[in-house]
Amino acid sequence: MTDAIRSILKEHAQLSATVESLTEEADLYAAGLTSHATVNLMLALEEHFDVEFPERMMRRRSFESIAAIRAAIEELTGGGAS
Amino acid sequence: MSGATSDLLDRARRAAQQAALHAADVDHHARFPAESLDALRRERLLGVHVSVPLGGEGASLKDLSAICGVLAQSCATTGMIYAMHQIQVGCMVRHAHTPAFDAYLTELVERQRLIASATSEAGIGGDTRRSGCAVEVDGARFRLEKNASVISYGAQTDDILVTARRHPEAVPSDQVLALVKDADVKLEATGGWDTLGMRGTCSLGFKLRAEAPRDQILPEPFADISAQTMVPYSHILWASVWLGIATDAVRRARMTVRNEARKKPGTIPPSASRLAELTLQLHLMRAALRDGIEEYERRMDDPDALASLSFAVRMNNLKLAASEAVVAITSRALLIAGIAGYRNDSELSLGRHLRDAHSASIMISNDRLYATNATLLLAVRED
Repeated sequence: MTDAIRSILKEHAQLSATVESLTEEADLYAAGLTSHATVNLMLALEEHFDVEFPERMMRRRSFESIAAIRAAIEELTGGGAS
Repeated sequence: MSGATSDLLDRARRAAQQAALHAADVDHHARFPAESLDALRRERLLGVHVSVPLGGEGASLKDLSAICGVLAQSCATTGMIYAMHQIQVGCMVRHAHTPAFDAYLTELVERQRLIASATSEAGIGGDTRRSGCAVEVDGARFRLEKNASVISYGAQTDDILVTARRHPEAVPSDQVLALVKDADVKLEATGGWDTLGMRGTCSLGFKLRAEAPRDQILPEPFADISAQTMVPYSHILWASVWLGIATDAVRRARMTVRNEARKKPGTIPPSASRLAELTLQLHLMRAALRDGIEEYERRMDDPDALASLSFAVRMNNLKLAASEAVVAITSRALLIAGIAGYRNDSELSLGRHLRDAHSASIMISNDRLYATNATLLLAVRED
């Protein structure tokens, strides 16, 4: 799943750092993620993983790192997504 | 615009009386309303939002909104300067619980210091969430140079809150908010301020050079301060100023209708039904502001709720609605007031109100806010 997240980040997050250089815990906002790009990132994640982020997960924190995004997707798919 | 404690409102009214005496001159000469600021300081109104333990009065956002409205009914420039000052105070009251900022806020109350904002930057445009300049920390101090495209009342303020990147390698959106006091900073004006309205805010551009103690950098990321406080405070307090302009425009329209009615007692002047429609618009504008304040106060202490996209849309909509309403209401008030409103030399003149009202859709462009909302709404799940 992490590979898929990394590839979606690469395409939609408009980061200034290269996605390969980011650790799982790296702060994506410090890497240049803007709130505008967060919306596109979220839409791409929803399309790829066939999930819908509920209102309560529309938080800065849900997208702050690769690990946070993975945890959110796992919660939404019951851990069954690949 | 009620709900504030009556003592605060009495003090605001006294300051507003002073502001009213000089409003036309301030507007005519595009000069800073020094008399209004003297009155605000005399009434000890600059520090009211600071907590009681630090010497303030713990006035609520609703109180500040009411004060802004009262001031703006007499002089919109004075109301807007007071609003911008309190937005900066609010950022520190809510996000800077450190010994250095406790000391600063105590000093702000004691000496009634005025504080301004330097968020916009040449080459970046109006997006406050990106900076080009960066703080350079060196031991216990930091240095900062910013080509600020606008600092309202920059030449008259005591202190300034400045946005900048966290360090020289940080990305543009990785920002901090730093306090620079008058002794820390050198300002060089980079342009004039000869505008249609809000002429006394003296919102010139400045080259800012500052060196200050490191503990004057607010501890929280500006991203959080902006979403949780600066943006909602701005939209609420600006809307309060615009409501003040609209309220006084309707008052002037009402006086012309009454003057007409007095000439022919027993008949209702034709403009009376236009006035009835106009008060409806004013009351809707007032209701939208109250609802916005309540919505914010409900979430005020819940950072997650404040960070939600639907709340951002809600606050942007308050700004959009109020900025459109103030132009619509002052324009229709002019139709009712007729030549008395159109004249510049009449007691019922609406020229300044109309010109000030048009600043509303430009202070953060409405087009930008509609575009932001259009993006956010792709993700929002509930209204």
